[in-house]
Amino acid sequence: MSQKDENDVTILCRCEDITIEEVRSYIQRGITDLEQLKRLLRVGMGPCQGRTCTPLLVNELARATGQEIKRIHLTVFRQPTTPVKLGVLAGGTDHEENS
Amino acid sequence: MKKTADYVVIGGGVIGCSIAYHLAQKGAKNIALIEKKYLTSGATGRCGAGVRMQFGTETNCLLAKHSVELFENLEEELSYDGSIEFKQGGYLLLAYTEKMVEQFHKNLGIQHQLGIPSSWVTPEEAKEIVPYLNTQGLLGATFCPKDGHCNPFKTTDAYAKAAQKLGVEIMTYTEVTELLAQEGRIKGVRTREGIIETPVVILCAGSYSRDLAATIGIELPITPERHQILVTEPVEKMQEPMVMSFYHGLYCQQVPHGGFVMGLGDPNEPKEYNYNGSWQFLHEMAAKATFILPPLANLRVVRQWAGLYDLTPDRQQILGSVPGCEGFHLAAGFSGHGFMIAPMTGKLMAEHILGEPTSLPIQMFDFSRFERGDLFIEPSVV
Repeated sequence: MSQKDENDVTILCRCEDITIEEVRSYIQRGITDLEQLKRLLRVGMGPCQGRTCTPLLVNELARATGQEIKRIHLTVFRQPTTPVKLGVLAGGTDHEENS
Repeated sequence: MKKTADYVVIGGGVIGCSIAYHLAQKGAKNIALIEKKYLTSGATGRCGAGVRMQFGTETNCLLAKHSVELFENLEEELSYDGSIEFKQGGYLLLAYTEKMVEQFHKNLGIQHQLGIPSSWVTPEEAKEIVPYLNTQGLLGATFCPKDGHCNPFKTTDAYAKAAQKLGVEIMTYTEVTELLAQEGRIKGVRTREGIIETPVVILCAGSYSRDLAATIGIELPITPERHQILVTEPVEKMQEPMVMSFYHGLYCQQVPHGGFVMGLGDPNEPKEYNYNGSWQFLHEMAAKATFILPPLANLRVVRQWAGLYDLTPDRQQILGSVPGCEGFHLAAGFSGHGFMIAPMTGKLMAEHILGEPTSLPIQMFDFSRFERGDLFIEPSVV
């Protein structure tokens, strides 16, 4: 297997284009709380709502802090579970003009 | 954990972090900031984060104007290594009734005296500013190009980091359960981790300030009111200003990241701690937003959340000392417009706490105004 080039990056959060290297640099600076990582880096804030990146983040945090994975607090999963167009939502209620 | 502190700030939102920073920057030592969860976990991290100077009272206009000036240079002032993402794309406030037109003109008069660059725009001019604006029923609007939006997480982080550099100890995941007072003065705070003795407490815990003040028998007229927000998927830049309608009770803007953040107030909300999102909000928000800004119908909602306004009877913050309890200061009850005045509020509170003359008057925000029946009404809030 070839050595990884030091300029190579690994995307951890695909929605927001955040690399594992960025996440690690935040963790090294002492941000070891998933809530804070999310707010400062936008990891898990994209359309997939962290479905892809959260398990990876939890692994990173557990490893960096020496905690068990089950001790890492998850962030809140928010509705809607899948992105829905505003136009569709607007159609779902009585819509009085200019009300 | 600290056993004693000279100053204890309760609340890790933008207000608490700004106050802690300004205190330390003025040379105060041994400051502890205590936060129940993580920084920005309360109202700050849930707000729309709009920043505007278009208010209807001189005091609020001045607070906001000075805050905007501070926001403009905040990254330098705090030596922040990131960006607070301050975007000055303006605020377009829509008027739909004659009464609103009249009020907006009054507001403009006050704003112009204070040098705020706002102006009246016709529906046609409003459409030039936001080309896809639906002008149906619109009588006009006011526009201020220097208003804008900031990233609330980064702004708070910037204040917190700068405060830490100046020696402030920030204790997250530490809940204050009780204030301790004796013979008319503050003695300390009880946290879940133990007691911290202190002669000065600055309470800026949003809606939770009421519960904490109650532990020493002080009744704050602050009630929580749920407000909901949603954010859409990011798209190419298409809307510069925040569009706000007091008539519809809504605000909507595209943040630098590309997503549209929009929220809606509902005066009939039960006054309780409720962080749940509702599907009714999604429908109502979508209906109103796509009426005013039709092309947004094609955007997908990624996420919705709820936060609490810490509402006072006149929808104005309470700033200053609490009579009858020496060492107890308040910065709470921001009623939905705390974020945008946080820079100046932090500075004024630090001045007040250290016994310096304040750069702007704050006595109209004093706690006793409710008892006196001397409410301070701001006409332009949503």
